[in-house]
Amino acid sequence: MKLYDQPAHVLHDMLVNKEITATELTQAVLARMDAVEDEVGAYLTQTRDTALQQAAQTDAKIARGEAIAFLEGIPGALKDNICTKGVKTTCASKILEHFVPPYNAAVVEKLQAANPVLLGKTNMDEFAMGGSTENSAYHPTHNPWNTECVPGGSSGGSAAAVAAGMAIWALGSDTGGSIRQPASFCGVVGMKPTYGRVSRYGLVAYASSLDQIGPLTRDVTDCAHLLNVIAGHDAMDSTSSAAAVPDYTKALVQDVKGLKIGLPKEYFVKGMDADVEKAIRTAIEQFRVLGAEIIDISLPHTEYAISTYYLIAPAEAATNLERYDGVSYGERIDGVDIMEMMTNTRTQKFGAEVKRRIMIGNYALSAGYYDAYYLKALKVRTLIQQDYAKAFETVDVIVAPTAPTPAFKIGSMISDPLQMYLQDVCTVPLNLAGLPGISVPCGYSNQHMPIGLQIIGKPLAEETLLRTAYTYEQSQSFHKEMAVLGGKQA
Amino acid sequence: MKVSKKDMENVAVLSRLSIPEAEAAQYTSQLDAFLAYVENLKSVPTDSVKPTTYALPVQNVFREDVVKPSLEREAALANAPLREDGYFKVPRILEE
Amino acid sequence: MNYEAVIGLEIHSELKTNTKIFCGCATSFGAEQNTHVCPVCLGLPGVLPVVNKRVVEFAIKAGLATNCTINNYSKFDRKNYYYPDLPKNFQTSQYDLPIAEHGYVDIEVDGKTKRIRLTRIHMEEDAGKLVHSGTTIKDSATSNVDYNRTGVPLLEIVSEPDMSSAAEARTYMEKVKSILEYIDVSNCRMEQGNLRADLNVSLRPVGTTELGTRTEMKNINSFKALEDAISYEIERQTEVLEDGGHIVQETRTWDPARGITLSMRSKEEAHDYRYMPEPDLPPIVTTPEQIERYRQELPELPDARQARLTGQYGLSAYDAAVITASRQLAEYFDAVIVDGADPKLAANWIMGDLAKNLNAEGKTIEDSPVEAKRLGAMILLISKGTISSKIAKKVFEEMWKSPDDPEKIVKDKGLVQITDTKAIEAIVDAVIAANPKPVADYQGGNKKAIGALVGQVMKQSKGKANPAMVNQLLAARLEQ
Repeated sequence: MKLYDQPAHVLHDMLVNKEITATELTQAVLARMDAVEDEVGAYLTQTRDTALQQAAQTDAKIARGEAIAFLEGIPGALKDNICTKGVKTTCASKILEHFVPPYNAAVVEKLQAANPVLLGKTNMDEFAMGGSTENSAYHPTHNPWNTECVPGGSSGGSAAAVAAGMAIWALGSDTGGSIRQPASFCGVVGMKPTYGRVSRYGLVAYASSLDQIGPLTRDVTDCAHLLNVIAGHDAMDSTSSAAAVPDYTKALVQDVKGLKIGLPKEYFVKGMDADVEKAIRTAIEQFRVLGAEIIDISLPHTEYAISTYYLIAPAEAATNLERYDGVSYGERIDGVDIMEMMTNTRTQKFGAEVKRRIMIGNYALSAGYYDAYYLKALKVRTLIQQDYAKAFETVDVIVAPTAPTPAFKIGSMISDPLQMYLQDVCTVPLNLAGLPGISVPCGYSNQHMPIGLQIIGKPLAEETLLRTAYTYEQSQSFHKEMAVLGGKQA
Repeated sequence: MKVSKKDMENVAVLSRLSIPEAEAAQYTSQLDAFLAYVENLKSVPTDSVKPTTYALPVQNVFREDVVKPSLEREAALANAPLREDGYFKVPRILEE
Repeated sequence: MNYEAVIGLEIHSELKTNTKIFCGCATSFGAEQNTHVCPVCLGLPGVLPVVNKRVVEFAIKAGLATNCTINNYSKFDRKNYYYPDLPKNFQTSQYDLPIAEHGYVDIEVDGKTKRIRLTRIHMEEDAGKLVHSGTTIKDSATSNVDYNRTGVPLLEIVSEPDMSSAAEARTYMEKVKSILEYIDVSNCRMEQGNLRADLNVSLRPVGTTELGTRTEMKNINSFKALEDAISYEIERQTEVLEDGGHIVQETRTWDPARGITLSMRSKEEAHDYRYMPEPDLPPIVTTPEQIERYRQELPELPDARQARLTGQYGLSAYDAAVITASRQLAEYFDAVIVDGADPKLAANWIMGDLAKNLNAEGKTIEDSPVEAKRLGAMILLISKGTISSKIAKKVFEEMWKSPDDPEKIVKDKGLVQITDTKAIEAIVDAVIAANPKPVADYQGGNKKAIGALVGQVMKQSKGKANPAMVNQLLAARLEQ
């Protein structure tokens, strides 16, 4: 048995039963990184020394006979847009190449209270702008199932690390699908919680009203455990929800009898991959077998979601990214005066996609265009929210593909950003509405690339999502299959 | 084309980005193509629709007026590209 | 052609909260550079703002005190512009839904009351401070940035262009300052930049209503600069118009050393602030009950106080205006009269000897060495006839130097007024005997000659003789 292939809940039991030590486990994962990281490129920064120290602390604790929390001694990774005190946080951008935050993100504080082993910071599309991790300023990440393919994005490094056994769990962030789509491409479980369920304090902002941190894990059980650690109100995030946090592991029951599952016709889009459609239809059939009621529904404004998203997100990004100006942190390229210095810095240190979105955003906000573009998008956002609210009057959850295709080849879409944006059709509407969504593996393409099933819930209905996803997962075995990688494998 | 080169250049200045002459046409057409792409929103009737800024309805979130420790100055300045005497140092400012 | 000036003010007032508007850093003035900073006010990647409750409370109170409508739904917006004193390169401010709108304050200039309308009051964050390597920004090769002030809460109070002279603008700003002091939301120390104004000035032919092209002057930080800049600008614009030119809409800078305004000739693109709703800050929703509660908490405001001083105590409008101009002075006045001192006498003393001494030593009323209670006690001594007004001046000077009560000073220094008829008569007799000439003049019909004799009696009594009695007894003797 390969330790690095196991989910956290199995490893936790092994630690508790003293079948393994945290040090052995961490060394196994580090060895796996040695073996396959060259092929995958999931990490931007590795924190091996502190990882082993953390593992040793857990072992000491177990040796003293103390109880350990769920994540204790279990190696995981953080997307590189989550601020870590004393550990470089670059957002995969050259503009933050040497930036070391003097503070921890709220989720990092919560994690540290649970004493996990932190392996490092994972690769991503620069400032989370992209769906393939090809927009990293450092290197692309490769899909562990086929290293010629992208891992999805923007949390591609986190998804690939979990899929490749280079992390047992990881955190990502999701603004328009950036957790769910790479989870789907890499055959892992990824959840975007309800907007406000997890504090955004310390998550480097891309689009503030859409961003949300969430778990990427081997299975639904780990997802529930990780959500238990990171969810909850935070006084530092004014948009965080004050609702009480339930024990999400209580939702891990196999029961969808009588559950009303909505099937939105608009999510089965033109140009959808036939293998994806087949896998999703098969999964829906499975739900019917498990006792759920499948109801056809309509979310009529879905076709406007991408335009809406690609106006709102860049507009928020344009202002969020104004702070990278070379004045008080980050890189600086000198100029004869301050304006030239700022312009040189931004021109030379931002990547192409970031610049493109900043310009789109500033265009949409600029004098004379605000009403026609930005304000219009905010209004259509309302209609998209209302579609969901209406649907949830009759159904408990909505099921749809996570992405219209399996992972595509590296380089195949990069020259056509507008085509790439279409990838987000099934994921962005949730962000616009603030809803939770989870992607669980539901099959493979004929090239044996993973396909994800997306389950969408009402605000703060993470328990319903977990129960639905868990019931489905336990009726299948997709989550048990790991990517085969590496001739160099130990 | 809806977007002129001048429009693109104005947006570049607002963005503090400099677009080399050789790439100006490409950036202009990209911006133009994007605007054509989002043109479909125009067909949605929204006269009586309120805009949504916040994903979920939250209001009146405040903090008490109680002092919390600030950063040590060294930590505040640690990431500065250039510093002097406890200040962040910047080049000549032409605008007031 | 005769022109009239049209003047509007945007007053920026730093609020006297303990902490900044969006983070827990202290707001206290004068700290070492970059020591009152944290990830939030430095605008580091990933940080989020949280609104200081007291800022909202202060803003609502300021709105109520200036007769504004408080918007029951208000929100913050991002105002985008690049400047090194603004870490995020946007200022978190309020755009289309400010906390308060449609107010007014009444001012009195040359005995006439004029209503100045307020467009709006909104909350925003202050920017940092720049220290230039040269003497001015223009001749500095580099500048240094201190972010201590970044995020200090500000109210921006925007008036309609309802003022037409430098005096009106000054009176308006003084009135706003006084209201903010009364409701205790700002220290209003102009020398520390707590209160500053952007002003706009335009001219139009007298009798017309259309607004002319205006110029703006930013960051005016004293009343003198305000008046001087307006006067200069009115003069300058008049000359331009009379020479057949036209006014360029622009921002000008006030140079206090040379007493002129200068065009800034900004190279930058016309500002396009690209305002957008601040997604990190939920809206502020207030109920009528909350607003009412804040209204109840407001203290008596300058106008009401002035009416009380003229109506109840019979003070002149001028005296009442001077005393109520600052809350501290008004409260001092109330404390002086609380034990029964005569209000008019109290006003005279406060505006006379007390003001003179305070000015001479550059002190404010809060650090007056003569506390209100002691001044009140002294005034009571005058009213009771224990001391004369003239002796009171000596007592006051003693009180200025020592913490003793006036009764003790009067006793220790033997300053009790002589009201004993016999004692005064003795001095009167001696003075009459020693001064035959004025006595003869008086008796010869020059009644004014008594003045010299009164003076002599007072001098000999070391000022302690009751002047009314001296007059009466002298006259009686001389008429004999």
